[in-house]
Parts: sequence; C-alpha cells; structure tokens
Amino acid sequence: MLDKKLVRHVAQLAKLEFDDATLEKFTSQLDEIIQMENELTKLDTTGVAPTTHIARQETALRPDQPQPTQTREQLLQNVPEQQAGYVKVPSILDNGEDAQ
Amino acid sequence: MNFETTIGLEVHVELKTATKMFSPSPVTYGAEPNTQANIIDFGFPGTLPTVNKQAYKLGIMTALALHATVEHHTHFDRKNYFYPDNPKAYQITQKEKPLGHDGWVEIEVHGQKKKIGIEELHIEEDAGKNTHGDAGYSLVDFNRQGTPLVEIVSKPDMKSPDEAYAYLENLRHIILFTGASDVKMEEGSMRVDTNISVRPIGSDKLGQKVELKNLNSFRHVKNGLAFEEKRQTEILMAGGEIRPETRRYDEATASTILMRVKEGADDYRYFPEPDLPDYHITSDWIEAIRHEIPEMPQARRQRYIQELGIPEYDAQVLTDTKEMSDFFDQTVDLGADPKQVSNWLMVNVNAYMNEHNLSLDETQLTPQHLATMIGLVKDGTISSKIAKKVFAETISNGTEPKAWVEQKGLIQQSDPAVLTPLINQVLDQNEQSIIDFKNGKDRAFGFLVGQIMKQTHGQANPKVVNQILTAEIQKR
Repeated sequence: MLDKKLVRHVAQLAKLEFDDATLEKFTSQLDEIIQMENELTKLDTTGVAPTTHIARQETALRPDQPQPTQTREQLLQNVPEQQAGYVKVPSILDNGEDAQ
Repeated sequence: MNFETTIGLEVHVELKTATKMFSPSPVTYGAEPNTQANIIDFGFPGTLPTVNKQAYKLGIMTALALHATVEHHTHFDRKNYFYPDNPKAYQITQKEKPLGHDGWVEIEVHGQKKKIGIEELHIEEDAGKNTHGDAGYSLVDFNRQGTPLVEIVSKPDMKSPDEAYAYLENLRHIILFTGASDVKMEEGSMRVDTNISVRPIGSDKLGQKVELKNLNSFRHVKNGLAFEEKRQTEILMAGGEIRPETRRYDEATASTILMRVKEGADDYRYFPEPDLPDYHITSDWIEAIRHEIPEMPQARRQRYIQELGIPEYDAQVLTDTKEMSDFFDQTVDLGADPKQVSNWLMVNVNAYMNEHNLSLDETQLTPQHLATMIGLVKDGTISSKIAKKVFAETISNGTEPKAWVEQKGLIQQSDPAVLTPLINQVLDQNEQSIIDFKNGKDRAFGFLVGQIMKQTHGQANPKVVNQILTAEIQKR
C-alpha cells in the first residue's frame, strides 16, 4: 500500500507542495496505478535474464562531430524568465548539485 | 586516545571532446551563455540522447591508465534530481555497471610507497552553471550542460591529507599524459570532493564521515582535510559525536564551514536509462585503446635516469608535462646528446617560456632545430656563446639554425692561419698586459682573450685562441 507519507516525500523530491486534500487524492490515484502494475510481479520470471529495455540496437555510438545547435532565441522561447541570455530562476541558496 | 584518519576522494574530470556526452552540440569554453547547447541538452520532449564515441574511448583510456578493469557489458542509468542547473531533472550516469573498476594509483609520501585503490570509474554528463543574479534570482547558463565527465571514486585508502594530496597529484599527472583531459582545477576541468572520517586506533568500524566540497585547488584539499581531521578529533576527544554533514572549505579563514546536515540517504531513484541501449565493449576495442596510451610519466622518468643518465631531479622536471617530455624524446631521437637537450630545455627553454608566458608549443622551437643547434656546438661549428644567439633567434622566429649561422657569418673561427696574425695584432696594442702577465697577473691573460673575442665578434674558437695566445706570449 502506498501511503500519504511516501507521496509527500516524492513530491518534496520534485520540489512540489500539496495541501492535505490533494495529497489524499494523489495517494489513492497513485496507489491504484501501482496496484495495477504490481500485477506484473505475479509473472514467474525464473530463468529470464534481466532486461533493461527492448531496443534491438546495441552499443550505438555517435562520432564526435559537432552539429549546429538551435539558436538561443529558439531555446529560450519557453523559458518563463530570462536575462542577458541566461535563464532566470529563483535564487539557489546552497552551492548546487553539480555532477555528484 | 589516539585516532586515525580515513579519506576517500571523488574526482570529476572533464573529457576533452569536441561534442557533448549525449548530444552533438559543441563543447566550447567562454562562449556567450546558452549558445553551446541544443534541444537534447535542454531536455525538450521527444529528444533522445546518443553516446559520444570519443568520450567513451577517453573514459576507457583513463580507466586503463589507472590500471582498472574495463567492464564489457554495461548500460547507463538515470539519476533523478530537481535542480535549476539541469533542465532534464535527471542526469545520465552509470550506477549499476560503471565503465571500469578496481584500479590503483601509486603514491610516495615521506619516502613510503603505497597503492591507493580506485573503486570505480564511470561516465556521466555535467550540469549547467549557476551565477548569482539580482536579489532573489540566479542566472543559469547551459553551455556546460552535457559536457562529458569521468568520475573517479577512490577507495578509502588514504590516511592523511598528505596522502590525499599525493594521490591527486599523481592522478592528475597520469590523466594529463593520456591526453583525455586538461585536468585544470582552476578552470574546472578537474573537481574534487572528499570524504573524511576519524576513528580511535584499533576500532574496526569507520567513523562517521563528513563530506567536504568546493575545493578549488590541491592546496585547499590538503588544508581543508587537515582542518577537518583536527576538528573531528577534538570533538571525539571531548566526548562529542560527529554529525553526517556536508561542509565547504573557506579560504579566508582556512577552515571548513557547515553547508548542511544530511538527513537520511540521498534519494535519487536510479533506474536504467530507457533512452539508451545496452553497451557491449569488445576486447578488441579495449586493446586498440590500450595501444594508444602514451608512456606514463613514471616510466619515462625511469627511462631517462636509467637509460639516458639524466639526474633524478632533471628527469622529474622533464616529465612535468607530456609536451616537454615528448619534445625531449624527439630531440634525443634525432641524435642530440640527452644531457645537452635536458640542459637547454630546463634552463633556456623554461626561462624563455616563463619570460614570455608561453607554453612549449606556443614557442617557435622545434626538436629538429634544437638538435641541429646542439650538433653545431658539438662539432665546433659555433661556440656555446654564439649558440645562445642562435637559440634566441630560432625560439622566437623559428629560424633554421644552420642556414642562419651561415647567412650571418657566425661560424666559429678555428683556423690558426687566420687567428695568429689577429692575436699578434692584439698583443702589439697591449704591451702592458704582456708585462703584467709575465709578472704573474693571470687576469691579464683573460683580458687579452676578451680583446681577441671582441675583434672576432665572439666567433673565435676559445680553445684555439688559448693555445695560440699562450704560444705567442712565450715568444715575446
């Protein structure tokens, strides 16, 4: 069973906040989805090798040749706020999570 | 109570590629913000990543240079986190099956040799860069987003800040020689995070570790770790407890400052990256890459000392950069005397590079020209004094030494038939010096040699001049 505490935790990880009523609603909706997916675990997979995806292609590697990018104007079209070519976001307090 | 320190390092190194890890947008430094990123880096819906072959190759090369085992069957994983420096809200990395594992780096501290184990190496993508904007805002540039990184995770094998420093120096040196990265701390192409804990000697359980971040130089790493070692020991001595914290090094106060206390383990909800297939790295490819790895600095040093008779200190300086070491090897291969090549590189070339703030490949000097010049001195064509002139010309303008010496008429004069009358002329003009010399003033001889050199514009062969001068004075 999925509980409200876990849903709140996942929401927090995504930097989202919900009131109690919404959390209740999401918990039951998400629980139904998980229950349905749990059906899959009933399948006997003894002797079946773990599969990470179903793409047929293996070891696809791209040559290290630069291609033109979209223009900055194109890339920033959907950005809520921008300044001098940068994406403007609410202040980041700690020193980031860059590449841990 | 006595305590012992345990240190483990996580080092991120930017791989030197033309394009990003998972997209063909260019990797360029110092460009206008958000002009070196594309829709894949921005994580637009419907885009798919593709793996950069060169980045994977450089990753394998790094792994092999660090004596690690390269994984044949591997895949990428998705690490989920929400942060403005990454618009995809996940980083593609390798968690379950990293590129390589179980390597080592040898260090030497206070005369003691020791192997520091490498737990694993994996490939991943870098994030964008935040800068502080107006009050309440940050500004994000995604040019760095997707830049290929290899993360090198050491085993907790280091027992002191000195060992950590030595490990970083050797690690950097090895990677520098592979050419896989520029490994410059000051430019961010090498970044270091550390874990440090302290425990009573004899305890079989490691102490609570503290993470130390934002270390901008090897010196900061060493000083930060030394401060933490002391801080943690003092807390334990006072009967206190170490909290699981992330701290940063503060240069101004030479201390570490609390960033945050960690509550529970990080929750990144890793899962296999669904947008990328499995990877099978063949032994053939691995072996081909192994053949491409240049000789490592330690091996070069040994070869210089043992085979070429170069003193240990000189061998150390010559192998400081691959560029210098390659230049040395190429010049020696052209037949120049190793000791002479070493002297010219260590003294004159280094002085020139420092004076003009140039790297070796930014000067006009070539191994061919240096070898030619050393040869001209050796066969007596030019004096070592003239050689300095030739050197200045060839390193500044790339002039071919032999042709220049001939054109400028700088060839050393060794012919007695030419020198003898000249020397007698000087003697005629300086009779007092002859008297002085005969009265035992040796300096008078030096004065006469100087006059002769002046007459010949420094081109007279000093050895021949000495012989003739001695003989001619005797006659008077």
